[in-house]
Amino acid sequence: MLDGNHAAAEGVRLSRAQVIAAYPITPQSPVTEKLSEFVERGELDAQYVAVESEHSALAVCTSASMVGARVFTATSAHGLAYMHEMLHWAAGARLPVVLACVNRAIGAPWSVLNDQQDSISQRDTGWIQIYARNNQEVLDSIIQAYRIAESVYVPVMICYDGYVLSHTEMPVAVPRHEDVDRFLPAYRPHTILDPANPKNYNLVTLANPRVNAEGVLCHGYMELRYLLQEALQNAGEIIVRVGGEFGEVFGRSYANMVWEYRLDDADVVVVAMGSLAMEATVAADMLREAGHKVGVLGLRVFRPFPKADVAEALEKRRLVVVFDKNISYGLEGATCSEIKSTLYGSSIRTVIRNYIVGLGGRDVKAREMADAVNRSLLSMKEGDLNEEYPEWICAI
Amino acid sequence: MGTRDCQHICDESSPAVGEAGKTGDWRDSFPKIDREKCLPVRQNKPACFLCWLYCPEAVISKTVPVQIDMEYCKGCGICAEICPARAITMVSEGSLSVAEKG
Repeated sequence: MLDGNHAAAEGVRLSRAQVIAAYPITPQSPVTEKLSEFVERGELDAQYVAVESEHSALAVCTSASMVGARVFTATSAHGLAYMHEMLHWAAGARLPVVLACVNRAIGAPWSVLNDQQDSISQRDTGWIQIYARNNQEVLDSIIQAYRIAESVYVPVMICYDGYVLSHTEMPVAVPRHEDVDRFLPAYRPHTILDPANPKNYNLVTLANPRVNAEGVLCHGYMELRYLLQEALQNAGEIIVRVGGEFGEVFGRSYANMVWEYRLDDADVVVVAMGSLAMEATVAADMLREAGHKVGVLGLRVFRPFPKADVAEALEKRRLVVVFDKNISYGLEGATCSEIKSTLYGSSIRTVIRNYIVGLGGRDVKAREMADAVNRSLLSMKEGDLNEEYPEWICAI
Repeated sequence: MGTRDCQHICDESSPAVGEAGKTGDWRDSFPKIDREKCLPVRQNKPACFLCWLYCPEAVISKTVPVQIDMEYCKGCGICAEICPARAITMVSEGSLSVAEKG
């Protein structure tokens, strides 16, 4: 039995991270405590760097990654916000940093409880984002994250819901170290800071490409940004391949960027991400008992967004209900926006409804989700695909 | 031919003259040296060389007379400020002919 934070720490230990820098913040703190115990007891041969802030934590990780170390950090909410600049830096420098984001609401007002506003707010920093639905996925995703990050040279954020997963114990199978070693080869950096072969990395880059001293035309800023986008566009294939190979070694396959529950014959699809999608499966069962054909589409990967999988899963459905534990203020929930964007230009003409739920740790009950689906079914009209703004499940 | 041929995936350069391109074309003012005033020239031996010491681009030679590599001089004017003999004057790029720049 492991809670999510312990599962994350086990994943890092098994992945043989070499440099860990983190600053404790609720609800992430037990990850840092467990990792420092591993290092102290000699169970993990790593440098544990105690830093004074999250900004420094990620600065240590990017620097260590540039000299060839496998690195790890973890944070939540305000800590992730404080890392914002370095998140861009790690992605722009194409460093395979792995970060666990224990999802927590952001102030004001202060909250230590769960929602997904923190990681969603970092959507455009160029990181791969993977959301775990249970503690087994937390552990497994961290091991896969190193394989993915070190294949595509893009940092990976493993997100899991604070308390719901981080502080809740569940049965978790801890892989054998020799199997993880077989699955996860040593880190091979694409660039390395080495005094014997001095190089400059990521200095002031001018707007236009430049010819270097050897006469080679080198990237300008835009070309480097293009390559980051290209890497994320191509990362989906790698994520699926790594997930499949993980299944071959450990018996738990992740060969898909989304997962499905009772979707085959469903005419209503509930979409959600992380542990919220697990709650949705309970709601789907309730609605099935009441005679509705309801299934769940769980988003495991948010960046790169699994456009093809989502479009395929939502084809020929009557209603799609998207639950978001985040909101892009002035518009709607982020996953709902992405889904609508995915369907634009396709032949899919499905009614979409969006509910904002669970902000700041507000409990999301399966009954409430089922009621929301029922309300959407009753109020929907043929051809009335969209609503201007999402509904909120709250007491306003 | 695009920039992909450089095979970098992040910004990368090696310490080498000209790695950042011919930075001399950034210059809008030109360090004109009055050789009559320059101390190494007047003494006809290695002397002073404060311009060489202070040049942030390392484009001034420690020779008699001193030479400035105009392919990489950005025209910052630090040499003119530091010269104790006031032998260097910054003049507008457009105001001198090629011959006058010497």
